[in-house]
Amino acid sequence: MSNVTAVTGEPAALAGEEGRGPPAPASMLDAARLVLLRDLKLAFRRRGQLVQPLAFFAMVTTLFPLAVSPELSRLREVAPGVLWVAALLASLLALEFLFRDDAHDGTLEQYSLSGQPLTWLMLAKTVTHWLLTGAPLALMAPLAALSLGAPGASVPGIVICVAVGTVALSLIGSIGAALTLGIRRSGVLLALLTLPLSLPVLIFGARATELAIRGSAYGAPLELLAAMAILGITLAPLAAAAGVRISLE
Amino acid sequence: MTRFFDMGGYALYVWPSYAITLGAVVLNVIWARRSLSRARAAARRRLAGGGSGT
Amino acid sequence: MNWTWFHRLASPPYIFALARRLTPWFGWTSGLLIAAGLYGGLVLAPPDYQQGDGFRIIYVHAPSAWMSLMVYTTMAVAAAIGLIWRIKVAHAVAASCAPIGASFTFAALATGSLWGAPMWGTWWEWDPRLTSELILLFLYLGYMGLRGSIEDTQRADRASAVLAVVGIVNVPIIHYSVTWWNSLHQAPSVMRLGKPAMPVAMLVPLLIMLLAFTLFFVAVLLVRLRGEILSRERAASWIGEALGS
Repeated sequence: MSNVTAVTGEPAALAGEEGRGPPAPASMLDAARLVLLRDLKLAFRRRGQLVQPLAFFAMVTTLFPLAVSPELSRLREVAPGVLWVAALLASLLALEFLFRDDAHDGTLEQYSLSGQPLTWLMLAKTVTHWLLTGAPLALMAPLAALSLGAPGASVPGIVICVAVGTVALSLIGSIGAALTLGIRRSGVLLALLTLPLSLPVLIFGARATELAIRGSAYGAPLELLAAMAILGITLAPLAAAAGVRISLE
Repeated sequence: MTRFFDMGGYALYVWPSYAITLGAVVLNVIWARRSLSRARAAARRRLAGGGSGT
Repeated sequence: MNWTWFHRLASPPYIFALARRLTPWFGWTSGLLIAAGLYGGLVLAPPDYQQGDGFRIIYVHAPSAWMSLMVYTTMAVAAAIGLIWRIKVAHAVAASCAPIGASFTFAALATGSLWGAPMWGTWWEWDPRLTSELILLFLYLGYMGLRGSIEDTQRADRASAVLAVVGIVNVPIIHYSVTWWNSLHQAPSVMRLGKPAMPVAMLVPLLIMLLAFTLFFVAVLLVRLRGEILSRERAASWIGEALGS
């Protein structure tokens, strides 16, 4: 993978840039950017895999009216909870792809051996995860909410709440993904590890969304969500990097 | 005596609580001792197997 | 600064022998104290003004809840020490803590539920303290699950250590949840700065039970620790001697 060598600084010809000679070792920010672009490029090559978590989200939110009750008044009550549980599950689904392939082909090992701080690269991978899951979910959530009886005016609020909350979810999930690298059939274990830490996000996210749907002020829980996201940005990549190093030992 | 067992009407909640907690105490004792004897047996097996374990 | 005591604590054979010697002391003392606490709480303490005899659940519920938090903190600190200084004994301590903590977290949730049913009129509430205590149980189970899924002991030690350290944020949340948020659960009446809010006759059995359970934890920990050390010291020469006795 051409971008990997740019990150690690090894002398090699970049695809399409033969004749330029060995690239200089990338700066921290450049390395992170390269990892991000590489992951996005790879993800878009496997569009089927990309869509799976989003399709899952759509399915779950569609199943609830069928299982609970088609009455919009009743659905409006459960809509926040449904949205968030579905978002959490979809995020978990996508987590498996976050590190697995790179662990298999040795790319993660290259990252850890490169001079770049592994923490930054983990943050880059987590940002990718959010761009591919959280951001689309934040855009899909209002549609799901509308189908569950939410008023149109609540759409901006829902987008913001889900966007911020899924940032926290991606960060928390990256820790579990890093710790369960290489464990066969780790899906359930990953969920078991991620769930306790993401319950606060779930609780406050649902609360914020509920307030948004009702038309009340949702600033307080949203601020807590943001605080969790910020705490996650500072701490989660550290823990994820530690987890990756341990898994690669 | 009956007042003791009746717990002022809360017997249904008090006694199961004590049972569960003391059950946890007993369970921990049994569980810990069992795990120690298992570890002992495994260590003995390893030693008998001839020195350095795999 | 004489650091030999620290190095001795990190030495598996030393800890193994020390654990063997100390276990009976902690075990029997905690047993006596539990008996004393039970007598004091069930017989001697007067019924509560509001809750009658129902409040006596506190003598098993509070110690269980205290255990759930104390054991997790011990586990996380031991895990951190093991991670930072790469001390096997520390990892062994962390591994020993988990089943103890999980069982008492379950007991705390169950007894809390039994207490809440008559007093609050509900078996369960998704309020901050109960929810975060439930999260704690999941953390314990996740810790044990992660350990069980990794075959290599060293990797299992280190991976679960990261998990234990990350989860420590939950402990202050549980403790302070009743003061930070409007919770059904009552505010701390013992574990807080200033004088406790309970009459002495009720308080003393509670303190006895808290101490008893703490000593009990140490006793069980020492037993488990020996097993954990044995399974980590694959072919060490001291094992033959230690097993012979």
